[in-house]
Amino acid sequence: MAVVETRKLNKVFKRGNVGAVVNVDLQSREGEFLVLLGPSGSGKTTLLRMIAGLEEPTSGEILIGGKVVNDLTPREREIAMVFQSYALYPHLSVFKNIVFPLKAQGVAKAQRQKQAEWAASLLGIQHLFERKPRELSGGERQRVALARAIVREPKLFLLDEPLSNLDAKLRASAREELEQFQKRIGTTAIYVTHDQVEAMAMGDRVVVMSQGSVRQIGTPADVYDEPADTFVATFLGSPPMNILPGEDVIVGFRPEHFLPPGVAERLGDHISFGFQISHGEYLGAERLLYGKIAGGAFDGRKAVSRIPATHAVSLPDGSLQTFAVALSDVKFFDPGTEKRTSRRSIPV
Amino acid sequence: MIRRQRWLGPAMFMPAVAYILALVGVPFVMAFLYSVSDAKVGSVSYHYVGLQNFISILHRPAFIRALQDSFVFTITSQVLVLIGANILALSLKDAFPGRRFFRFLILLPWVAPVSIGSLGWKWILDSLYSVISWVMVRMHLVNQYDTPMWLGEPKLAMMSVILVHTWHMLPFATVIILAGLTAIPKDIPEAAAVDGAGFFRTTFQITIPMMLPIINVAVLFGAIFTFTDMTVIYILTRGGPYDTTQVIPTEAFFTGILGSDLAEGAAISIFLVPLLIIAAYIALRSAHRAEVT
Amino acid sequence: MARRRLTRVLPGIMMWLVRIFFAVVLAFPFYWMLITTFKRNTDLNNLKNNPFLFNESPTLDHLKLLFNETLFPRWVMNTMFAGLIVVIITLVLAVPAAYALARLTGQWGAQLGIGIFLTYLIPPTLLFIPLSKVISFLGLQDSLWSIIIVYPTFTIPFSTWLLMGFFKSIPRDLEDAALVDGLTQWGAFVKLVIPMSVSGILTVVIFAFTLVTQEFVYALTFISSAAHQTVGVGVPTFLIRGDVYYWGSLMAACLITSLPIGFLYNLFLDRFIEGFTVGAVK
Repeated sequence: MAVVETRKLNKVFKRGNVGAVVNVDLQSREGEFLVLLGPSGSGKTTLLRMIAGLEEPTSGEILIGGKVVNDLTPREREIAMVFQSYALYPHLSVFKNIVFPLKAQGVAKAQRQKQAEWAASLLGIQHLFERKPRELSGGERQRVALARAIVREPKLFLLDEPLSNLDAKLRASAREELEQFQKRIGTTAIYVTHDQVEAMAMGDRVVVMSQGSVRQIGTPADVYDEPADTFVATFLGSPPMNILPGEDVIVGFRPEHFLPPGVAERLGDHISFGFQISHGEYLGAERLLYGKIAGGAFDGRKAVSRIPATHAVSLPDGSLQTFAVALSDVKFFDPGTEKRTSRRSIPV
Repeated sequence: MIRRQRWLGPAMFMPAVAYILALVGVPFVMAFLYSVSDAKVGSVSYHYVGLQNFISILHRPAFIRALQDSFVFTITSQVLVLIGANILALSLKDAFPGRRFFRFLILLPWVAPVSIGSLGWKWILDSLYSVISWVMVRMHLVNQYDTPMWLGEPKLAMMSVILVHTWHMLPFATVIILAGLTAIPKDIPEAAAVDGAGFFRTTFQITIPMMLPIINVAVLFGAIFTFTDMTVIYILTRGGPYDTTQVIPTEAFFTGILGSDLAEGAAISIFLVPLLIIAAYIALRSAHRAEVT
Repeated sequence: MARRRLTRVLPGIMMWLVRIFFAVVLAFPFYWMLITTFKRNTDLNNLKNNPFLFNESPTLDHLKLLFNETLFPRWVMNTMFAGLIVVIITLVLAVPAAYALARLTGQWGAQLGIGIFLTYLIPPTLLFIPLSKVISFLGLQDSLWSIIIVYPTFTIPFSTWLLMGFFKSIPRDLEDAALVDGLTQWGAFVKLVIPMSVSGILTVVIFAFTLVTQEFVYALTFISSAAHQTVGVGVPTFLIRGDVYYWGSLMAACLITSLPIGFLYNLFLDRFIEGFTVGAVK
């Protein structure tokens, strides 16, 4: 039985406007870390808030633990949520913040104390109990918010971009910590982010959303290697997948699969392109080469190649080279729907 | 939010709305109904008399005079308030030692009950023991046996009530304008200074134009509080001497409450409404702007 | 060089002259109340004396007269009592209303909030005639309860408006978190929003209380007996016997009334001003 399921879920904020969430069907698996990934305005936060009961769906059903919860208030859904701002109650101490959900449920005082200490010890924040939220660092605030979320052992964890308020250095370690933490407590989590690195690193499965619809659901490897459409293909990866629109097919391949002369020959089945290099960027571990396809059906289309810096071939700016992509690494999209097609060859 | 809590919002604001409707909405409508009736304090039945009350009061020279004086009173005191408040606010804008104390002193006329403050002035403007007259005598500006009757001569009395009202309203306008001044981003006057503008150029071409919306607020509330107020005049002169300081609110009070003629009193106070409508319109516009930004 | 220094110093000197001038003019009546309170009548009434100085030794007679032989203490009590009840009515009605309009009712809630605020602009001098009829219909003429019932018509609109701004500034996430953490919407209001809004609510308390001391027109209209009056009307209208002004006691009463109210109001002034300037300061 799925912990969370949505059926044909829709949300329209203003009548006549396009939906913020359009026909979303989603099923989470027991104990998994499910990431909702998309650019801002893609409807991922609205979807999360509907699951929490903070927004009312325009149509469709939400099920938690197999029960339709559309008409239940947030408190009746027995979920926990971590907000982007952490939403720590500023007038309460850390301890009072953590026991707040327990108090709201009428848990006895001794039990509250015990559960608060358990939650705090999981996150190593017992020493902060008497502090006020404004006296905490960003990382400490995040831990307090997590402690408040787990303290009553919810069925489901909802997290709305909880790392976006941390600085870049802290974010990487907090990401790791959060992931470990979720694995340890084993509670199903739904995690909203616009950061593809977070999504790939943390998610058991990733739900890619755009303009209110789900574009693809799959493991990080699935969505990266086998994108369902050109949106997913270009939203994931940095630099994004090269997309070459042709007459009756769109061809896509990742920059790291666009290989310079010398390597391509060893690939077996492959497709070669003339590549007019306009300029290169040296990034330490790797090199990015920007340029245009020269000749053939895709003449003049922009492309990027990403090669390890250890690959010592001279590829000067302005030179015309022959690059190649293994046939298995080329993705074909339908020019009308922009979805993947079964076609396996390129026009000449 | 979730369906079953839709009633909560209305349940929370309805009591307040009902209270306001009962004690502002109902009397507001009654004011109009009275103005077209012949109601007296004791009367129980209601007779519609059309515009008779309005015709009658418009034929009274005393009312026409009060109407004019209302405008003189409001416009003069508001002009003085505006000039004074802008100068004062500029002088209080930057931090200086004792700023809080100065602010407290300057605010007293607004925060102290206006009837009490006016009473203080009644003593200062006393016909016999006026300290102002005493100083003028000492400076040989007036004769010791012919000191000004500050509240007893028509021109002087009008001047006195205007100045006392200005004294009362000045702090309010000052703090509003001060709030506007401190809200101007510091980098804008600084940019003007870098661009070579001096103190006066910055003040008149940058600061004051940027302040216009907030000055509007000060004028809006100031004009309403002045046009509809009767406290200063009631305490200082009771409309005298010879009704030369009557304004619409005091006329309405003396006719409707002391004279027991509810209908005419109501008709007189209806003359406050057009100004209120203009004020409401301006307030709505600025509130709308607040929503947009 | 000298000229440059002058132009640099001149604005500073001008600023101080302006400040001192206004402070003297604006605070003068209160200084005058202070002086008069402690002067003997023979000193006050002697035109040859310099009125700025104590020409005879100071006296407490005026204060004694005020507290022992006039209704002043009674008026103070009346004012306190009316203030307390008005504050309670205001809080009970305005706090939930402001929260509902700020949070629970969306766009038209904001419109209704502006509508309520506009009623604050309707002056007593327009309403006192019909209201006097309403008061006598309620049987409250010449009773302190007449103004207790009527004053919330000022305090509710302005307080609702002030608190709406206050509630809107509380991050929405906090309330959402409280809902997820297991509170109802009402529970979030009582257990989270109100404790977080203590300073806003205190502002409303002070505003409502000072208004009771400042209002003049309604109290003058509805209450005719001296014993039922508030300070603001009692002092200027009933402390005068016939044509005789007891200036010493009058000024003592003025001073005692003004300074505490002035001080209280001053503490919360910035918030009151926010209420008036919403939209114009951005």
